[in-house]
Amino acid sequence: MARPATALALAAALGLALPGLAGCSGGILDPQGPVAAQELTILWDSLGIMLAIVIPTILATLGVAWWFRAGNARANYRPDWEYSGRIEMVVWAIPTMTVLLLGGIGWVSARDLDPPKPLAADTPPVTVQVVSLDWKWLFIYPDLDIASVNHLVVPAGTPVSFQLTSDGVMNSFFVPQLGSQIYTMPGMITRLNLRADRPGRYPGISAQFSGAGFPDMLFTLEAVPRDAFDGWVANARAQGEALDAPAYARLSQSSRADRPRTFRDVMPGLFDAVANPGRNPALPQTNPHWPGHEYPPLNKDPE
Amino acid sequence: MFGKLSWSAIPIDEPIDMIASGLMILAVLGVLAWVTVKGYWPYLWREWLTSVDHKRIGVMYVVLALVMLLRGFTDAVMMRLQQAISVGPDAGYLPPEHYNQIFSAHGTIMIFFMAMPFIIGLMNFAVPLQLGIRDVAFPTLNSVSLWLTASGILLTNMSLVIGEFARTGWLAYPPLSELKYSPGVGVDYYLWALQISGVGTLLSGINLATTILKMRAPGMGYMRMPVFCWTALASNLLIIAAFPVLTATFAMLLLDRYLGMHFFTADGDGNPMMYVNLIWVWGHPEVYILILPCFGVFSEVVATFSGKPLFGYRSMVAATMAICILSFIVWLHHFFTMGAGANVNGFFGVMTMIIAVPTGVKVYNWLFTMYGGRVRFSAPILWSVGFMVTFVIGGMTGVLLAVPPADFILHNSLFLIAHFHNVIIGGVVFGVLAGYMYWFPKAFGFTLDEGWGKISFWCWFVGFYLAFMPLYYLGMLGMTRRLQHYDNPGWQPWLIVAAVGVAFILAGILALIVQLVVSIRTRDHRRDHTGDPWHGRTLEWSTPSPPPAWNFAVLPQVEREDAYWHMKRRAREERRAAAEALAYAPIHMPLNSPTGFVTAFFAVVTGFALIWHIWWLVILGLVGALITTLVFAWRDESEFEIPADELARVDRAHQQAYWAGSAP
Amino acid sequence: MTATTLGGHEPAGTHHGMPASASAAGPAPKRIIIAYGFWLFLLSDIVMFSALFATFAVLGKATAGGPTGAELFDARNVAVETALLLFSSFSCGMMSLAMDARHRRAFYLGAAITFILGLGFLVLEMREFADMVARGATADRSAFLSGFFTLVGCHGAHVAVGLLWLVVMVAQVADKGWRATVLHRLMCFSLFWHALDIIWVALFTIVYLMGAR
Repeated sequence: MARPATALALAAALGLALPGLAGCSGGILDPQGPVAAQELTILWDSLGIMLAIVIPTILATLGVAWWFRAGNARANYRPDWEYSGRIEMVVWAIPTMTVLLLGGIGWVSARDLDPPKPLAADTPPVTVQVVSLDWKWLFIYPDLDIASVNHLVVPAGTPVSFQLTSDGVMNSFFVPQLGSQIYTMPGMITRLNLRADRPGRYPGISAQFSGAGFPDMLFTLEAVPRDAFDGWVANARAQGEALDAPAYARLSQSSRADRPRTFRDVMPGLFDAVANPGRNPALPQTNPHWPGHEYPPLNKDPE
Repeated sequence: MFGKLSWSAIPIDEPIDMIASGLMILAVLGVLAWVTVKGYWPYLWREWLTSVDHKRIGVMYVVLALVMLLRGFTDAVMMRLQQAISVGPDAGYLPPEHYNQIFSAHGTIMIFFMAMPFIIGLMNFAVPLQLGIRDVAFPTLNSVSLWLTASGILLTNMSLVIGEFARTGWLAYPPLSELKYSPGVGVDYYLWALQISGVGTLLSGINLATTILKMRAPGMGYMRMPVFCWTALASNLLIIAAFPVLTATFAMLLLDRYLGMHFFTADGDGNPMMYVNLIWVWGHPEVYILILPCFGVFSEVVATFSGKPLFGYRSMVAATMAICILSFIVWLHHFFTMGAGANVNGFFGVMTMIIAVPTGVKVYNWLFTMYGGRVRFSAPILWSVGFMVTFVIGGMTGVLLAVPPADFILHNSLFLIAHFHNVIIGGVVFGVLAGYMYWFPKAFGFTLDEGWGKISFWCWFVGFYLAFMPLYYLGMLGMTRRLQHYDNPGWQPWLIVAAVGVAFILAGILALIVQLVVSIRTRDHRRDHTGDPWHGRTLEWSTPSPPPAWNFAVLPQVEREDAYWHMKRRAREERRAAAEALAYAPIHMPLNSPTGFVTAFFAVVTGFALIWHIWWLVILGLVGALITTLVFAWRDESEFEIPADELARVDRAHQQAYWAGSAP
Repeated sequence: MTATTLGGHEPAGTHHGMPASASAAGPAPKRIIIAYGFWLFLLSDIVMFSALFATFAVLGKATAGGPTGAELFDARNVAVETALLLFSSFSCGMMSLAMDARHRRAFYLGAAITFILGLGFLVLEMREFADMVARGATADRSAFLSGFFTLVGCHGAHVAVGLLWLVVMVAQVADKGWRATVLHRLMCFSLFWHALDIIWVALFTIVYLMGAR
């Protein structure tokens, strides 16, 4: 068993067929960027390789159990048969070869798709700093001096380089259709690189439970053509509140289902200050009164 | 005076809470009243609560586990109902503060208070019998372990009535579980309940490992031990190596919460990632602590009901010990998404896949055990075949999650939930239920009803697939775990299917209860006089059912593995049915002791006082525990003698019954 | 039918070509079982300490701007502590010899010396802690200090429990004499006391020598 050729053929067949069946069902089955697409391929390939072993094993189990049922007079009873070196060899070899193959895939792909690894592209990446707050997402564009809440706008086809941290508890930043999620953690900066191939609106979530408002910790990643992106940036720069220390202090109060909005003029060094709690006196200690028991009401801003 | 405790701790204004706690209290009071009216207290106290007999302790563990299965399953039903209806904001019938407690309690209870006691109970019951000895190494300590586990269970259930339970998930990741974000007593209930029961588990692990390593019947070398004993050994060694890490980790979180330390806080230079690492250094071996003894159960059941020795005994032993060691170097696969770096992720991914090799070997060995056998489809083997089919699927999705890039898109999704329920229900639950139905006649002297057992199996089996296959798919659709509500209506149909699956599992649980009731009512027709209802292969079946307190009047002489099978076979060949005049010598057995029960009482008092910051009561509880220990240390008589003629009487009666019941 | 009815008629089986192991004799004597079980307990205790050691190692530099090990540790005090503990292990060994010889007076003397040395260690440790607290280096000041107080304090708590245990054992010898159970417990006590020494050596190296740099 474990002839790689057979396994790969089956995997390829599955890899083509199943996403087709799933169609535009959203989630990870509908990848919209190179990272997500490669990860889904790896998922189907690995699944295919294993199904090539697992399906025969299940059938053999059921078949053997049924054929050797006590009532079957035609089955040969061998009450002392307990060892066969040849079978033992095969039995150890099947999972070993499968795992050799999969281990190779796992090792290579872990390096290829390492989240901090920059994506190859002609255009320089857009840098976005992500802060998870209770219970919303703050996206800071350090090079553009703007920020937004729960709405991440990026140019389609351009890689986005993320730096992520958390002000408070752990969360996980995840846009299923673009691939790789990564934790946001207080006092830590994680890195991630993604790209959206086509314009579109892709749902984003927190994939790590973070307390009462967790289910509403949703955001939209909107990939737009380059000129539309430039327009959005100009618009954001021109209006709205400035994100200085008091504004950040207000923002970091816990709330849920915040309406998307933008900030102009982001205080310099804000992200680093958040990522190093207690090190930056410019930033007041946030969340002095965590609600704990209370479930914050939905933010129903006028408009 | 009473610390943080006040009348407001009783959730009078929360109807769901009050109904649940009211029902629970009524049930407890009902049982207590029934015992009082029937006058069973002296019997219970003498024969069970203070018993140090490993068989009774094992049975009590299993009773605890079955009761907590009901509690944990109730939580599951509530979650599935909530998710089946909660499309849109503020939807569903459970507000987040309830829902979050329910999934935290579900995980905590099912792992620590259902699976663990069930496994430890089965090991306690079967291991000394299989080893051909009279008790575990430290019988009184065994009772202490049991009652400390019960203390943890009691504290967890008290949180339903007084105060609240954790809302942090079953592993209480900081900083969410730190005082700043979880100021209530919920996390403290969680931590103290698990600290107390964890000590019990550790002591039980030491006890059973010592038993297996140092106390076997004459002639039972390591390579003649039943495979269940091997898996129990591996599991208990893992307990010894893993549970202290859990104790230390929880202790540090407690110090953060009680003394303002900074181990895992975001400020003070604390490091939450360290908690995640430490908890999984315990957590992954824990998975194997649970599953390895179940592998042992399946090995015994498949061999017995196929009427054949286990295929590849040495392979099975090697695979068990390989899993035991490898389980300590895979923990990082629980958080590939923490940004550890490609080489670290790759290494742990590959190690995780390697652990699938010995596991796969086991599946094939069970298959070849059935090959050439005469498989009798009793309930225990249904669970076993159901396990083999289900577990390979769970193993496959597990290896899938071990491929780091695949995990990047599946981590924390319902795919993950489906995966670990696939291995825990398909592996652990099927395993303990197989063990329960397999050893029940040995423990009580009558068999369980086959029909209801099979109905239960089919309900569980179908229910499992209905409940969890949709979750695999939902995970691929991008649905993450622990959502109190969601806004994607496309998910709802699948969640309704999952809820229907849970209804099937409910039917499976009800069938288990009916099976027990029916079997008890008709026990006179289903007595097992031979002590060997399944044509067993290992030494436990050579004793009467239920076995006498001393198990073996004379320790058996073991000459090969499957000791009892070969003894029976030779007896038939030589046609030596008549009892030989044996040299029975008096036996010394340990006296019953209330130490365990009293220790547990003080553990509950201390734990409760710590949770509510009632410091004088903490001191009182600790002093009480110390005095209990001293009193125990000072007692003069610890054993009593069973005279030789009593042994001879019971033993000869059993021999006659055996030959009468299974005349060739 | 019991197993024994049918046993003992064939030479020990060599089914897998394995010679009968040491366990051929059946369950080990009680003394061995108790010592073995207690060893396993000590192993588990060492595992717990290693989790605390690992934590301390991770948090060694996490001082949050507060005092560091180099500023706080007093090498002389630690050297005296170490000496006290090592000598107490020696006197504990003498105590065990006296026990083997069933020599009560020597046993009491050994126990008393062990107790005094252990108590001296604890007093010095408490003084060190009090001194640090007085200088503002409390356990809630930084992650490093949390790790320090927890690791060193956990060892100190073990020593305190050991002292209590020792008192109880002396009382038991006085009350009950050299019974088997008392002898077993004394054997466990000396294992425990020596294990605390081993942990202290690791602690001394990792906390006070490496942590002070």
